[in-house]
Amino acid sequence: MAAETLHYAVVGQSKSRSFPEDDPFLGGAGPTAEADILIILGGGFGAGPTAIPDDAALYRAVLVELGTECLSYHTGADGGPGNLLGFARYRIGELAPSPLVELVRGPGADDGAVATAEALFGAHGFVVAVCSDQAGRIVDRLVRPKYNSALRFLDEGLATQEAMDLTCRLGLGYPEGPIERVRRSGIEDHYRVSLALFEVYGTPAYTPAAGAVMAARRREHGL
Amino acid sequence: MSGIETVGVAGAGGTMGIGIAIVMARAGFATLAFDRSAAALERAIGQATVFLAKSVERGKLTREAADAIGGRITPVTDVAALKDCDLVIEAVFEDLETKKSLFAAIDGLCSPHAILASNTSTLSITEIAAASRRPERVVGLHFCLPAQLMRLVEVSPGLMTSEETFARAWAFMERCGQIPVKTQDKPGFILNALLVPFNNDAIRAVEAGVAQPAAIDRAVKAGLGYKMGPLELVDLVGLDTQLRLCEAFYPITLDPRASAPPLLRRMVAAGLLGRKSGRGFFDYAGETIYGG
Repeated sequence: MAAETLHYAVVGQSKSRSFPEDDPFLGGAGPTAEADILIILGGGFGAGPTAIPDDAALYRAVLVELGTECLSYHTGADGGPGNLLGFARYRIGELAPSPLVELVRGPGADDGAVATAEALFGAHGFVVAVCSDQAGRIVDRLVRPKYNSALRFLDEGLATQEAMDLTCRLGLGYPEGPIERVRRSGIEDHYRVSLALFEVYGTPAYTPAAGAVMAARRREHGL
Repeated sequence: MSGIETVGVAGAGGTMGIGIAIVMARAGFATLAFDRSAAALERAIGQATVFLAKSVERGKLTREAADAIGGRITPVTDVAALKDCDLVIEAVFEDLETKKSLFAAIDGLCSPHAILASNTSTLSITEIAAASRRPERVVGLHFCLPAQLMRLVEVSPGLMTSEETFARAWAFMERCGQIPVKTQDKPGFILNALLVPFNNDAIRAVEAGVAQPAAIDRAVKAGLGYKMGPLELVDLVGLDTQLRLCEAFYPITLDPRASAPPLLRRMVAAGLLGRKSGRGFFDYAGETIYGG
């Protein structure tokens, strides 16, 4: 049986971390009147909670782009209507977005809406990982403590940056070592994400490492 | 120059030990593979033979070269056989007292110039060295599993290790075709200090209901470009091994991320050890997901 063609519309802020302006996914969007799925771009605390459209129930799924915030920031603690989901295409700093879409289901999420959203992103070549509505979702929750540890190890003289990055590439098969990855992507961005997670979890693992704090402070002065 | 010609591997009856022995023998060194257990040693030598035969099948080695490498590995069950070694690498299991007692024994046998090395992944080189009367000639050489395939070696000086010993060990690793990296003598060195807590965090994410194991691994691979997800890696190394690493690591570091997650303990208690038992976070019979 041929896969169902899902129509989608995109609304919201033009600046999206998931889909930069020239992203081919945006080119496939159509008018809201014909859409099965409504995608609301934006994300982050900056613009305030997203206004959920009055006609949200008309769509099989409404997908709200997330930054470091949880879906509940937009919906309230009850998670909103069952067809409302969060999503974020994983992207570290200003590096190009990855193929990963983290699809966030709130407490009352409808399985049909989740399956529809998975099918849409899957049809466009994305890798979808469904997760619950927790800070950092999957990847940032796991990788930010590792980056903070690596930065602290560097400060403490455990090894040189080259040794640490080489060890991770050769010993663990990573495409890039943790220090080179976090520096290439913008250490101040790591600071921003770590701090957001620390606000929620309050554990030392998310405390931004000194190198990230200093870089962020320098950035405040344009350095 | 390392000045090392004859080497010994203590604990060669284990997977890591025999892998290290293959590395040495492949580089042309006469290698004594020591283990007190004749049965374990026989099994390990069998594994080495299979590995070398597969290397020939895959065109990585000629039959003659494989035979020569195998011929350089001499199995021994008496520790006294290590007395003429210039370097002995210990690869017994991660227990400080066991390692200290072995170091004390080897120290009494080998000539003063010999270097004693530990393949420990979590314990202190300085503490292990203290069991010998030559702490200046003790160094950490931590290989990655499987040692015969992975080129990285973490080389760690203890507090008393001399610069000459470190330099000789480093040069020897290069002669063996390995890629050494220098780390301080700190728990887990680089590799395990980053990996053990990261794997625990992934297990805790399962516990916390963040996502199913398959989704977590899929996200880490697609988002970060890693070859393996943390949970399939834990399944590969064994949940019991991850638990042992936590138990070695946490009391020294008191890092909460290094403590064993309750789910890990429960799964080990239930015999869900990963690939070796057929089921861990994933089921290797039907490739279905544990808890899914």
